[in-house]
Amino acid sequence: MGEFKVHRVRFFNYVPSGIRCVAYNNQSNRLAVSRTDGTVEIYNLSANYFQEKFFPGHESRATEALCWAKGQRLFSAGLNGEIIEYDLQALNIKYAVDAFGGPIWSMAISPHGSQLLVGCEDGSVKLFQITPDKIQFERNFDRQKSRILSLSWHPSGTHVAAGSIDYISVFDVKSGSAVHKMLVDRQYMSVSKRKCIIWGVAFLSDGTVISVDSAGKVQFWDSATGTLVKNHLIASADVQSIAVSDQEDSFVVGTAEGTVFHFQLVSVTSNSSEKQWVRTKPFQHHTHDVRAVAHSPTALISGGTDTHLVIRPLMEKVEVKNYDAALRKITFPHRRLISCSKKRQLLLFQFAHHLELWRLGSTVATGKNGDTLPLSKDADHLLHLKTKGPENIICSCISPCGSWIAYSTTSRFFLYRLNYEHDNISLQRVSKMPAFLRSALQILFSEDSTKLFVASNQGSLHVIRLLEGSFKHLHTFQPQSGTVESMCLLAVSPDGNWLAASGTSAGVHVYNIKHLKLHCTVPSYNFPVTALAIAPNTNNLVIAHSDQQVFEYSIPDKQYTEWSRTIQKQGFHYLWLQRDTPITHISFHPKRPMHILLHDAYMFCIIDKSLPLPNDKTLLYNPLPPTNESDVIRRRTAHAFKISKIYKPLLFMDLLDERTLVAVERPLDDIIAQLPPPIKKKKFGT
Amino acid sequence: MAALEEGFTLSAVPLGAGPNGLLGVEQSDKTDQFLVTDGGRTVILYKVSDQKPLGSWSVKQGQIITCPAVCNFQTGEYIVVHDNKVLRIWSNEDVNLDKVFKATLPAEIYRIHSIQGTEPLVLFKEGAVRGLEALLAEPQQKIETVISDEEVIKWTKIFMVFRHPVLIFITEKHGNYFAYIQMFNSRTLSKYTLLLGQEEKSVIQSFSASVDRKFISLMSLSSDGCIYETLIPIHPSDPEKNQRVVRSLLLKTVVSGNARNGVALTVLDKDHLAVLGPPLPASKECLSIWNTKFQTLQTSKELPQGTSGQLWYYGENLFMLHGKFLTVVPYKCEVSSLAGALGKLKHSQDPGPQTVPHFVNWETSQGYGLGSQNSEQSKRILRRRKIEVSVQPPASKQLLSTIKKDSEKHIEVELCKFLAIKQTPDFHTVIGDIVLELLGRHKAEPSFYPRNSLMQLIQTHVLSYSLCPGLMEVALEKADVQMLQLCLQQFPDIPESVTCACLKIFLSISDDSLQEAEINMESVSDYSDSVQEEKMEEQTEILHNGFNPEEENCDNCDRELNEKPRDAAEETTSCPVIPKRAALLNAILHSAYSEMFLLPHLKDIPAQHVTLFLQYLYFLYLKCSENATMTLPGLHPPTLNQIMDWICLLLDANFTVVVMIPEAKRLLLSLYKFVKSQICICSELNKIEVSFRELQKLSQEKNNRELYSIEVLELF
Repeated sequence: MGEFKVHRVRFFNYVPSGIRCVAYNNQSNRLAVSRTDGTVEIYNLSANYFQEKFFPGHESRATEALCWAKGQRLFSAGLNGEIIEYDLQALNIKYAVDAFGGPIWSMAISPHGSQLLVGCEDGSVKLFQITPDKIQFERNFDRQKSRILSLSWHPSGTHVAAGSIDYISVFDVKSGSAVHKMLVDRQYMSVSKRKCIIWGVAFLSDGTVISVDSAGKVQFWDSATGTLVKNHLIASADVQSIAVSDQEDSFVVGTAEGTVFHFQLVSVTSNSSEKQWVRTKPFQHHTHDVRAVAHSPTALISGGTDTHLVIRPLMEKVEVKNYDAALRKITFPHRRLISCSKKRQLLLFQFAHHLELWRLGSTVATGKNGDTLPLSKDADHLLHLKTKGPENIICSCISPCGSWIAYSTTSRFFLYRLNYEHDNISLQRVSKMPAFLRSALQILFSEDSTKLFVASNQGSLHVIRLLEGSFKHLHTFQPQSGTVESMCLLAVSPDGNWLAASGTSAGVHVYNIKHLKLHCTVPSYNFPVTALAIAPNTNNLVIAHSDQQVFEYSIPDKQYTEWSRTIQKQGFHYLWLQRDTPITHISFHPKRPMHILLHDAYMFCIIDKSLPLPNDKTLLYNPLPPTNESDVIRRRTAHAFKISKIYKPLLFMDLLDERTLVAVERPLDDIIAQLPPPIKKKKFGT
Repeated sequence: MAALEEGFTLSAVPLGAGPNGLLGVEQSDKTDQFLVTDGGRTVILYKVSDQKPLGSWSVKQGQIITCPAVCNFQTGEYIVVHDNKVLRIWSNEDVNLDKVFKATLPAEIYRIHSIQGTEPLVLFKEGAVRGLEALLAEPQQKIETVISDEEVIKWTKIFMVFRHPVLIFITEKHGNYFAYIQMFNSRTLSKYTLLLGQEEKSVIQSFSASVDRKFISLMSLSSDGCIYETLIPIHPSDPEKNQRVVRSLLLKTVVSGNARNGVALTVLDKDHLAVLGPPLPASKECLSIWNTKFQTLQTSKELPQGTSGQLWYYGENLFMLHGKFLTVVPYKCEVSSLAGALGKLKHSQDPGPQTVPHFVNWETSQGYGLGSQNSEQSKRILRRRKIEVSVQPPASKQLLSTIKKDSEKHIEVELCKFLAIKQTPDFHTVIGDIVLELLGRHKAEPSFYPRNSLMQLIQTHVLSYSLCPGLMEVALEKADVQMLQLCLQQFPDIPESVTCACLKIFLSISDDSLQEAEINMESVSDYSDSVQEEKMEEQTEILHNGFNPEEENCDNCDRELNEKPRDAAEETTSCPVIPKRAALLNAILHSAYSEMFLLPHLKDIPAQHVTLFLQYLYFLYLKCSENATMTLPGLHPPTLNQIMDWICLLLDANFTVVVMIPEAKRLLLSLYKFVKSQICICSELNKIEVSFRELQKLSQEKNNRELYSIEVLELF
């Protein structure tokens, strides 16, 4: 297949933000996750847990609560005191409403989805009416002494439980007055702690209130009498989150020690109707605080400071052993944070608030497989570009020639011109961006760096011609009438004639740049697109979907290619379909048109279309060199998928030239090393 | 949880069952196929799962079948007896019983027994037993009379014990019952008289039996409605003598006392019994499953059309007559699991075989687990509990009263019998009571020392020190080292003072008296075998890496010792104590203790004993360090840690003593020298370990920790 020099890059110092809240929506089977930097991500659990949308964070917006309302509307509230609704189509913030109660610590949507409650720093619980296009303040409940850290509605919508510091209040929704006040014991293992913070409450339909608190307790209260029914001491640190299943037969709690406990309502004896809550399973998938948990019908979902989103299927609920039956740990975003200038061998790294530009090193040595070559020049950190303002960077791109950098935040678009004079580099901002170029979801330069393509969040695509130090707006492709879906992925053909753009659900649109019109639309597929690329010469569009299918579509012929049809007919290898991270980047070999290079977080693969496809009986991944085998066997077992799993977790991989690859890895140990230390637990023998 | 499933009738055609019901249901050589012999002239082969007959054979008009047909498992042929003396043997292909092989025997046959793994055995009405082969080879041989005149065989059964058939039959004469055990490997016949106990007037209505390694457990259902168990040893102590066996109450009033017929009993497994009969005087007849371990009714099934008092159990099926029909009721006893009892089981709804969860079977691993009962039975259970309380004592009470007056020998025998009975949940308290009773009597009359019984009781593994505090005191008083060793091995909770007292005795007892004692030697291996030529000096030659931490005076004492160790080494290569004493000391080493409480007692040990024990420990330590794993040979040897701990303890407790005695001083010096050499080795090992660790780290870092590298990759 070939020998490559691989630039193995580990200096991308990316640390994902910790997870603060998760909210599961049963109707759409989607999961909203908010992080400590204010980013909100939407995962589609039906589409192999693909992270299909995200809302960039904001420095002042610490999200403390996240809720789905009726009609799949997503709300968040945070310490800046605002309630925010997100526009899931246009991928921006619809509006923000100040609750005027100081920082908001908790939020709950009523069981019918029409009312919204927030718990504030000043001890107030505020009720909002959700109208079709906004929310409307209705009234305050009885003001409490201290901040309201958790809220839960009774499934009938008549009562609300609110967790505060040292006590839980039960409110009557109609009157807004507190019916019961249940004091929580501060004592922890007979040591009196200063305060007992109720981190979470859950109100069950039989009137039971379950509370989790900072003393490590899970307590069951009778809301009718206001008495403690049962107490489980499960941790020596805080229990920080709770989520109950829709059937109310099981719930999950997360602790600051990184443990997630599953509680189930089980019969006391095998066939009696008397049931009790039993702590059934502990899971230790986290090293740090589990700040948020969710309970889908088939899985327990947890996330916390250690930045992993863990989806643990409940094996008794999973009917067949398939993709959903496996434990998932999602750490990295399912989009590219890295772009690369092939000509100048530059890498542009995107962080939340800055960009870094690095030049790769070089070597003159050669070697055989597995060798590490001595460097004649080490990699250089050329540029550190900080954003202005509190907003996170949405996307960034460096042009193939290396002389342009563009990035965008929610409200501003930046374009820079880079000049290289020997070893010096100078940066010049292109000013006076047009008004329509305010926010971009995706930026792409054409292969010859003369054109810039910007996907804005209104569904429109802007084409801009770049001149020396200035630019000219060429055209804007408006979205098809009636759709407002934003385009998240762009691909341009190397000859500059074709532009492909894809949103999250509808098909891929292909535009003709020369004639500035829509050329065709690739039929939409059930699963979202995870990566797009157009092959040189043939202008075949290669599309990877979240269900691990890969299609090849001929743009000139407006149909799927023969190879694509063949592989669809035969089907992909089962191990290929069982991979659990999406393909995030596709590229091509400049000299070998039959090769497609693609990668996910744990492998990269070169598909050689000239070789036979593997069937389920063939060994898909064979890292061993065919040393002792005769050539005949080798030829017989060779198949189209050449896979390497050496580099992982792999965030980016591309071909710099025919014989050189660049691989950007981000070892998990390096991320853990940058996290705050976890709660020290005494282990035997240490 | 035992359960009866929905039953089904085997044939739609009513059998020509006479007033006595069926003659029998017997297994054939194929699973699921059974031979049913009715009281008249017909034998039918049924396939139970299909509920249909596969074949039917009848004898001629005028003839009558007198003994149920059986299958010869060795040939696959069927055997039946008609008119008491005529044997017919046929196979599946034969149609007419008239035309098949016929043999007329000189005596009347009671039953033919056929069981997997042996030839069929013919039991004659006079009690003689013959193998079928021998009988057919010489049909007119003389058949002796075994049982006395008016004695009549009431019931018989065959078992395989250690691959040999054992046949039991019960006879009755004037209301007395006798059990005969015929062994075929030793050709012995032993006779037992069944003593009915207080219920002298009752008539036994049904028998069943099961067998374990040593006993046949004979269950009998008496006319008072209770089930009694009689344990009959398979290997009799004295086969010539007529022995008596007592029966004990197992379950009380399982059927109505005045039920005259339609009562039957069969053993299902080691804990379950099936009983056929009316549970209450006025009620309909019932098939019920009882758990003997918990004394509970597990399930029952009403048989409104009456039954004939016959019950057969094969595989998983119970066969009985219901009205005029042969009915099969499948019986299942699933293991109960704790999870099943406590938790919600999703799998409990779907009965698919794959979905059975792999839960720990608490019942088997624990001995007596939780019986999961459903609520409908709970009332019943409560009632049974009370009965259990009243049922349980007699056996132990009887034993306790025996202890009060009888001779040691007799107590031993009674105890044997008692221990053979199934263990009840409060078994350990009962055993504790027995021990206390024995000790009480010993205190009252010092000549009474039931050593064997006590040993037997200790070996039940249920005793602990706190259950019978006086036991070890008595043993200490008597210097019974064997019993002390046993106690040390078995009891988990011996106080340190007692451990120390044991140690004193073990050290002080003379070799002569030890030679007589029977001591478990498994912890002592033959150390003398492994006498090694290498001398201590070789191990002390440790090369130091530059700096020598030893002080001058230590070197001096080294040199000083240099001559002595030669004989010290010779001394230590042979064990300082005789093996029996070593075994006793090992028991001490194995016992649990707390330093705090042990130390004061150790101070009381005389100096020469301390030295001896130290010598022994030093010897063990040397033996330990002879191999790389630092273990001693043998089955259950003391570990290095135990040895070291005891050395430290002894030195701590007797420091001044050890320093004073010249003998001990020498020992101490050689011990010190050896320890020092070991420390040298350890420090060297430490160094090596650190360098290896660094090497490991280096090789790992090389792989992973570089931020940037250019590598060559070839894809194949």
